[in-house]
Amino acid sequence: MYLEIITPDKKVFSGEVVVATFPGSKGSFQVLNNHAPLISTLDKGKISLRTAQGEQSMMVDGGVVEVLNNQIIVLAEAIIG
Amino acid sequence: MPSLKEVRNRIQSINSTQQITKAMKMVSAAKLRRAQDAIIQMRPYAQRLTGILNNLSAAVEDNVANPYAQERAPERVLIVAITSDRGLAGAFNANIVKGVVNLIAEKYAAQAAAGNVTVMPIGKKGMDALTRRRYKIYGEYTGLFSGLSFANARAASEYAMSAFLNGTYDRVDLVYNEFRNVVTQVMQREQFLPIVAAPVQQQNANKIDYIFEPSQEEIFQELVPKSLKVQFYRALLESNASEHGARMSAMDKATENAKDLLKELRLQYNRSRQAAITKEILEIVGGAEALASS
Repeated sequence: MYLEIITPDKKVFSGEVVVATFPGSKGSFQVLNNHAPLISTLDKGKISLRTAQGEQSMMVDGGVVEVLNNQIIVLAEAIIG
Repeated sequence: MPSLKEVRNRIQSINSTQQITKAMKMVSAAKLRRAQDAIIQMRPYAQRLTGILNNLSAAVEDNVANPYAQERAPERVLIVAITSDRGLAGAFNANIVKGVVNLIAEKYAAQAAAGNVTVMPIGKKGMDALTRRRYKIYGEYTGLFSGLSFANARAASEYAMSAFLNGTYDRVDLVYNEFRNVVTQVMQREQFLPIVAAPVQQQNANKIDYIFEPSQEEIFQELVPKSLKVQFYRALLESNASEHGARMSAMDKATENAKDLLKELRLQYNRSRQAAITKEILEIVGGAEALASS
């Protein structure tokens, strides 16, 4: 599935991922392939993702995530560190 | 006629001025490119955000109450004037100041008479000019444009939004320069709050069955301020690009003018030098003739 992480200043990440974990407002959750359509707000926390190449993670300061047809879009206000 | 030395001094000083304006033009050109890039960088975020908002409002059955769209009689008004921190950009800042003055005179004359119009200048130039005109000023948002980013633009927009929510202001207007191209910037006045109802979007026929976390209302309440902040940030970016465009064309003109002036002065210099030489030769010849005839 395709993941994009975007802030107003730049596109932080875009590419195929196997699994991604998000710091949802009601607790962290994981998205795998063929996840049902979802819109969730994010708290300040860590997004971890696994691509074919390896694992990555980054801290976001709040945001929103939309999952639809194996397209994940994360709109973060800022990436910390 | 000025003496040779005076003309020489003027030529020298205009030369150095020209060097400065030329350098400033080039610096602005580089900064303009970066400012334009920033606008392009922000575009996908804004597009995706409106996309999600549209999907969301299509999925939401009954319209969730939106506190940011609440229409109230505009008794207390906040005007956000986006200017720059530095001058020498042609009519860039003057246009904004004029725009604010006109806006108040046209739409908010009564409120201004009652002392209920507050101006929130962004950028040092607007701050100075509007303070001089004795408007009620809020905030000190200067130095925002050196390293403009969403994070440091947030504070200003968040203030405007929370002040609207708690009823400090009934209406918030933005006055800024919109970037068309390097030579044209268009002064824009737009209503920031309450949100102007967007033209009805084509509703998605097949409603997507989203899972909402935590709930539709909460997501909606999170997304609306977000899109407002993005709107505000976009105005700042536009203004920033306009500033550099305006400065670039102002400096280009200044360089051009300096070139013309120099040409004229050089001509004058050479003419008076020639005249001085001719006069000297005449004197020598005259002197020699006087000696020969005696």
